[in-house]
Amino acid sequence: MCENKMTLSFLAVSENESFARSAVAAFCLGLNPTIEEIGDIKTAVSEAVTNSIVHGYGNSGKGFVTITVAVNGETVTIKIADEGKGIDDVSKAMQPFFTSGDIEERSGMGFTVMQAMMDEVNVESQPKSGTTVFMKKIIGSGVRDA
Amino acid sequence: MNVLAKKDKGDLILSLIGELDDHTSAETRARLDEILENAVFDCLIFDMKKLSFMDSTGIGVLIGRYKKIKDKHKIYIANPSKNVDMIFQISGLYNVMPKI
Repeated sequence: MCENKMTLSFLAVSENESFARSAVAAFCLGLNPTIEEIGDIKTAVSEAVTNSIVHGYGNSGKGFVTITVAVNGETVTIKIADEGKGIDDVSKAMQPFFTSGDIEERSGMGFTVMQAMMDEVNVESQPKSGTTVFMKKIIGSGVRDA
Repeated sequence: MNVLAKKDKGDLILSLIGELDDHTSAETRARLDEILENAVFDCLIFDMKKLSFMDSTGIGVLIGRYKKIKDKHKIYIANPSKNVDMIFQISGLYNVMPKI
């Protein structure tokens, strides 16, 4: 597939989590991904979008999440950005089981799951300005199918 | 998101049907707790066959239920998809809820 790109911006409410991951997955279908690869992308997008809604905006329902997806050859690049409260310590937040939410009901596995599902995950965050997650996946690499 | 409960001898089988994410987690938690508070059973099996999507929010939901009943019941996971299986593996969930 030649280069293609899309941008999606939506209100930071949990109703939009399913819409966001389904829209990104649909955009990537031209690359003929396997069911597992599409599942990986949907899961990673859902994790990042949920982080923005729950932690970035504190479930306030105010603010927008913006997703940019680019496909080039077999590579999918996804950028998920919010203008929420940001993360004080990104490396700490990316550790497994870390959560700033309810420890009884939140797993703290969001970034770990993103890293497991995608080939690359990078996070940039500025306290009080927002967080941007960059993710990359090469479709057809077959890593997960081995 | 729906939860279907079925008894098989002493086992309580809870089938999770649909998509389990942050948006559906509260209703799923409430439904599971309602069933667990009223059921008589030995082992609990979460059947994931009809769970079409789950992200790490699902881990929190399952661990929350585990903490409530772990002293009296064993809990198992059945039929996860490849994606859900991977989330369970990397989170270590199978250490407390083995896959059958």
